[in-house]
Amino acid sequence: MLSTEYLKKEINFEESNRVLLEEVISYGISLGADFVEIFLENTDNISVLVEEDFITNVSPSFGRGAGIRIFKDSRDGFVSTNDLSKEGLLKSVIQAVEMLDISEIKRNNSFDGLEELRDYSDIKNNWLNQLPIISEIGEKLLLSTKSLKKDDKVKVRKGSYARNWQQVLIASSDGTFAKDIRLHQTVGLNLIATDKQYRSSGSRRFGSSDNPQDLYNWDHEKAAHEVFESSMNMLYADYVEAGQKPVVLANKFGGVIFHEACGHLLETTQIERGTTPFADKLNKKIAHESVTAIDEGISEGSFGSLSVDDEGMEPEKSTLIQNGILKKFISDRAGELRTGHRRTGSGRRQNYSFAAASRMRNTYIAKGEYTKDELISSIDNGLYCKSMGGGSVGATGQFNFAVEEGYLIKNGKLTKPVKGATLIGEATEVMTKISMCGNDLALAPGFCGSISGSVNVTVGQPHIKVDSITIGGR
Amino acid sequence: MNLSQITNLLKSSANELNIKKWDFGASFSNDFSVQVDKGIAKQLKASQKQILTLRVWNDQNLVGITTTSDISENGLKKALYQASLASEYGNKNEKTNFSPLAKDPVKKISFTDKKPSGIKKLLSVLREAENKLLNMHKSIKSIPYNGLSESFFQRVYANSEGASRNYEKSQAALYLYARAEEKDKKPRSSGSVKLGYGLDDIDIDKCIEEAAEKTISHLNYKNVLTGKYQICLSPESFLTLLNAFSSMFNARSILDGVSISNKNSIGETISNVSLNVYDDGLHEKNISAAPFDGEGTPTKKLTLIEEGKLKNFIHSESTARIFKTLPTGHAGLGSKVSVSPDWLVVERSEKTSSLNFDLNHETYMGNFIYVEELNAIHAGVKSSQGSFSLPFDGWIYKEGKKISIESATVAGDIRQLLKDIINIEDKKIVTTSGVSPHIWIKELSVTGDA
Repeated sequence: MLSTEYLKKEINFEESNRVLLEEVISYGISLGADFVEIFLENTDNISVLVEEDFITNVSPSFGRGAGIRIFKDSRDGFVSTNDLSKEGLLKSVIQAVEMLDISEIKRNNSFDGLEELRDYSDIKNNWLNQLPIISEIGEKLLLSTKSLKKDDKVKVRKGSYARNWQQVLIASSDGTFAKDIRLHQTVGLNLIATDKQYRSSGSRRFGSSDNPQDLYNWDHEKAAHEVFESSMNMLYADYVEAGQKPVVLANKFGGVIFHEACGHLLETTQIERGTTPFADKLNKKIAHESVTAIDEGISEGSFGSLSVDDEGMEPEKSTLIQNGILKKFISDRAGELRTGHRRTGSGRRQNYSFAAASRMRNTYIAKGEYTKDELISSIDNGLYCKSMGGGSVGATGQFNFAVEEGYLIKNGKLTKPVKGATLIGEATEVMTKISMCGNDLALAPGFCGSISGSVNVTVGQPHIKVDSITIGGR
Repeated sequence: MNLSQITNLLKSSANELNIKKWDFGASFSNDFSVQVDKGIAKQLKASQKQILTLRVWNDQNLVGITTTSDISENGLKKALYQASLASEYGNKNEKTNFSPLAKDPVKKISFTDKKPSGIKKLLSVLREAENKLLNMHKSIKSIPYNGLSESFFQRVYANSEGASRNYEKSQAALYLYARAEEKDKKPRSSGSVKLGYGLDDIDIDKCIEEAAEKTISHLNYKNVLTGKYQICLSPESFLTLLNAFSSMFNARSILDGVSISNKNSIGETISNVSLNVYDDGLHEKNISAAPFDGEGTPTKKLTLIEEGKLKNFIHSESTARIFKTLPTGHAGLGSKVSVSPDWLVVERSEKTSSLNFDLNHETYMGNFIYVEELNAIHAGVKSSQGSFSLPFDGWIYKEGKKISIESATVAGDIRQLLKDIINIEDKKIVTTSGVSPHIWIKELSVTGDA
């Protein structure tokens, strides 16, 4: 029998840390810092993998750490450590101050103590006990991989689950003192089908935040059917012919193009770097008038939602583009300091080892007035991108995205499936070519990797029509 | 805690929990990095990190695993407990064991004894490098992506049967990505990365020179017409493709059904007979060389392709047992252990009769496209299907004159590409991910202007 006695000796992420945190912040201010921020993190994660009809991997992980950031004028120094003792935190403050080479101590810098703790975790403390246990997770995944086995051509079936539980405590010299618990769960299904020389793959990922019961409610049958259908449709597909054509991008994960090609360029980190063509376009037209785009962190249960950002600010709903006019940038503390754009509750980081940066949350194009059929019927010769893969955007705004599941559009109708398509374009150009937005807005969860690591986000859009885009193929 | 303290604590705690078999791998690192923006320090970073992965075996010889950054007594005990719980769900169909080579001697590598330069020094070096690069050409307006870092780390592996090994290393990296702009033209961006064991090993001037040369040379660009072209792949881009499709050498991927190879592929001709490929993690130019892998297996040189034939797969302990061979030193540490190549070395074999030696990217006067760098690998490669469609930076050559290509993708199938090799140039180039000469391909699809 295993002893659980030691589990009682957990680290403390409570109000009782106030005195220690105030002492560390005061020390940083006394050394000449303009601003001191402490981010404490405690994590408890697990991932489970099922292949074919067996559980093949269960990987728990846990950890804790602190990220300390110090600002002097517009510069900042950041130190991360696993040592959460008072000595460890003070050492990190000294290291950050030394990095900034602070020689002049302004006596008017002051710290009046932390405000009353804003505890967003109050109703979340019991979440770890409400989550499915390993056997329940395994059982659900086994059901889902069994559901993928609908044809002998299905050769590889995988189901994966990941749960990330994160407890954070944020304290800074402007008095910010906030505590939160975040919970993210994802389930992924993957399939490879083969028949003679033909081979196709299908995958989907589903995810939510702050809902411990989510896996119990997940419709694995529906999900498996979607993945199976997609891979079967693509199994015998021909390679797409390269060219310049109109396309219809599906809703949900189709929004990844807006996220990558435009959303990132509206983060203040891009203004700081001088890598966004939109830096001087506030209140100017940057997109077709049919485009209104939102970034927010407040939709209940959405993968990119949060009660409080990693700098202690509650998230806003930001209208980035209103009928084609640029209205707002996504900003964090450093962004506000260096670019003047007001914070939007978007300071986010993967974990304690990254300094927060301006990052998207739930980002989507708002719904329009057309049906999906109206979009497709408006095209004589084009491509319907039903499912998008990954993509990237270069330093000059050039983007490319893989199309996982595509169909040719001929004379206003969907025809045969095609594979190997890549969409290529320039952010500034494609935004002006989104001429029709559907009325079927839907969101999809994803992970976004950038300057402050990988964070949970939602992308989304209704079906949209892009008048012309370069399609890479063979 | 150091290696022996962790080992001793695990030994006693495992006894308390009646755990007889365990192993662990851990790393401890101190990292320092700086970024600048036109001389002004942007973000200065330092971190001390520790991470430990622990495996335990239960009475049924099933493995459970836990990873933690909490390497305190309490943290290690909690890790043992969680790994024990996870072992109840260990993979019954493919059991994992200690590497039979975990106690074999490892090759001693002389890692130079570097000391941290300090943030101030890193900052002053990067400022100077940024300034020099900005002054290389009037069109270079900014260096939006730049960084200089130093990392000092220790890696350890130990198990309950007495295997115990560790090494310490340092590594430094400089990257400079410039952005150039000219009136009425689209901005262009390119850069260079240099690695060393420490700051003083990094060829800073070369990094500046390469970043400037690459960026400026792309200022005068043209569209390329969509079609099929003879291609010359730079060493970097050929290695990028080989690494992206390394599942063809990977026993784990083969067992999982996500490789274009299968269990019986050894001995099959998969490329032009003129191609040899090795994996050589201990290559003298590999800054990231490690003497042993996650399971404690010594790193060694392994032939992957010899005269066009698939010669070996890379293995972990469990895949090696299934294939009735020995682990090759390419494993991670897990209950389901991942496998990946270290450092690929590409060269011409003795069988060169099918090659056209006239094809040399510096002297050839015919028409071809030169692929300098492939981008967005994560998005454009279907490793389980063998296909790729990738944006690239490069030039179109016509009768000895080269013009930068504005924006294009190159697409094909890795199996066909390897068979369509028509020349392997003589000169081998060392890159950050391996060694390769320039490789010529008979034909690939390029999408530019319709």
